[in-house]
Amino acid sequence: MNILFDFPEFFKINIGQYVESFIKWLIHNYDFFFDAIKQGVLWFLLQTRSVFMWFPWVAVIIIVFILGWKLINWKSGVIFAGLFFIIGAMGLWDEMMLTLSVVLVAVVIACLIGVPLGILVAYNSRLEAIIKPTLDAMQTMPSFVYLIPAIMLFGLGSVPAVFATVIYSTPPAIRLTGLAIKGVSKEMVEAGNAFGSTKWQILAKIELPQAFPTIMMGINQTTMMAMAMVVISSMIGAKGLGLNVLQAINRINIGMGFEAGISIVFLAITIDRITQGIANKYKYPK
Amino acid sequence: MTEKIKIKVEKLTKVFGRRPKEMLKRLAKNQSKNHIFKETGHTVGVSSASFSVNEGEIFVIMGLSGSGKSTLIRCLNMLNKPTAGEIYVDGENIVKYNRQQLREFRQKKATMVFQGFGLFNHRTVIGNVEYGLEVRGMDKKERHNIAKETIDSVGLNGWEDKYITELSGGMQQRVGLARALANNPDILLMDEPFSALDPLIRRDMQLELLDIQDRLKKTIVFITHDVNEAFKLGDRVGVMKDAEIVQIGTPEDILNNPSNAYIEDFVRDIDRSKVLQAKHIMFKPGALATKKHGLKVAIKEMETNGISSVFVVDEKRRLQGIITIDDVIEGIKNNKSMLDILKHDYFTTDEETYVQELIPKAIETKYPIAVINEDNKLVGIIVRVSILSGLV
Repeated sequence: MNILFDFPEFFKINIGQYVESFIKWLIHNYDFFFDAIKQGVLWFLLQTRSVFMWFPWVAVIIIVFILGWKLINWKSGVIFAGLFFIIGAMGLWDEMMLTLSVVLVAVVIACLIGVPLGILVAYNSRLEAIIKPTLDAMQTMPSFVYLIPAIMLFGLGSVPAVFATVIYSTPPAIRLTGLAIKGVSKEMVEAGNAFGSTKWQILAKIELPQAFPTIMMGINQTTMMAMAMVVISSMIGAKGLGLNVLQAINRINIGMGFEAGISIVFLAITIDRITQGIANKYKYPK
Repeated sequence: MTEKIKIKVEKLTKVFGRRPKEMLKRLAKNQSKNHIFKETGHTVGVSSASFSVNEGEIFVIMGLSGSGKSTLIRCLNMLNKPTAGEIYVDGENIVKYNRQQLREFRQKKATMVFQGFGLFNHRTVIGNVEYGLEVRGMDKKERHNIAKETIDSVGLNGWEDKYITELSGGMQQRVGLARALANNPDILLMDEPFSALDPLIRRDMQLELLDIQDRLKKTIVFITHDVNEAFKLGDRVGVMKDAEIVQIGTPEDILNNPSNAYIEDFVRDIDRSKVLQAKHIMFKPGALATKKHGLKVAIKEMETNGISSVFVVDEKRRLQGIITIDDVIEGIKNNKSMLDILKHDYFTTDEETYVQELIPKAIETKYPIAVINEDNKLVGIIVRVSILSGLV
């Protein structure tokens, strides 16, 4: 009778073990490859960070205001500048800039991977059949799980944080790019063909400009997910606002947790509205 | 009339589906389009169409929706790759073209105007018009100038930098037309270009097209489901039904001798008076009087032809006037000359006038209408009954 209630040992398979040995095998054989990636990402990260840190806080607030004003309206500009000012006033300016630099690096890498892949998916239905379930899996997998291979491949620090963030935040860029390219009016593409365009010309002169607003929506979502993941990845050594949250949890310090938490919210709102503003700016009336 | 053949299509067949080639056998066995679709799920777009288009003519393909006309026109620039058959343009078989040759063909020889316009709403008017030149690799300044000229020629001067969505439907299709013309192609392929426009704008665009055709002498293949449009624009018209071309001819041919019941049905709702011209319904003048013959001869002429009035011409057949039997009898009694009783209150017209325009004249006058040419020579006579009977 027990056999119906307890799953028999007989069927046991150790998928986890296989994954582990696969990662180990990767590290063992392709160490140089991951090392190169690590160096590249680290360089990119440090450059971005130093540029961000080089800007005086006043300049950053003015830039945020101008972006909000030009992309949405002057009220939004004032609000965004105000939110940034409050973050600074809470003494979290440097942490915010660190978070921002990791997010930026992760989003740039995610777009470099996601947009071309999205275009390929739009062109190739067989590839789409493979990619789609993979993306679903990537998005439903609890984000903490990505931290483990990230540590194994890249050690502790900001690089594995970027790695985990990229994996977690690329799916919307792929998905929305694919959707956008597929959604381009058939008649426009046909017109492009009828005038003797090459495939590249159709992509560059018709499909990408048409798809741009939707691709921007994808980048917007990618950025939001990157924001969320950057906070989590403070557990493996990413500096920034997430680290403050982590410390607040450890010390059960409500005030510190709230300040860091609300700063993340302010930062997220500002980035979200600004990237959406870019998307809307280029929306073509149908 | 020997005209140069620009496009020659031979036994063109296009089948959509997974194994189009296999459907050719079924078509050869004369299986119908519906039958093939039911059994195999393949759609026969065009079945064994053969026709030729002369240089400088407007060839209209007319048919109801689903008859395959859009499929056919897309074969002419290989947007649809034919399943079988050949298409010769200037003697070259374009079906055999490789990609590079095909691109060149589309860039230089044949451009297309679309039903839904197919304009790029991320570009301005001039950006759209210069697109064809841009993909050809022409430098910016040159293509800008050409695009500007073309935009002027379709009457959109001053709208160059507007975005497409700021334009009305009629103006948008002018942009579509300008884009097609900017490449200076020999052939214009027009897929129901005016169907999406409202009737008044459509009429303007039709006239504009005829005007452009007059100036530029392009070879035009024009698709429409509207009989009136087909007959108005077409030098020759091909009627399509169920993927086949069922009749080709001038509008008059088709109107007067519909080759089957389908076409008869199709042309039933056309207003004949808009298609038929004076030359199609006039008689060669059988009975005529000349000035030198005098009144007695005129009476004789009327008697033998059983008519009560006769046109008077001079020795070069130039029209002088009309005389009626009453006036002639009166004239003989009073010893008048022909000049004295000659009347001038009849109507004249030329050969090209549409019957529609003659209707009010036919209602008003009691004499036949004289058809004259530019030298005032009498070339035909239209009796009132042949105009007014056409109305029923």
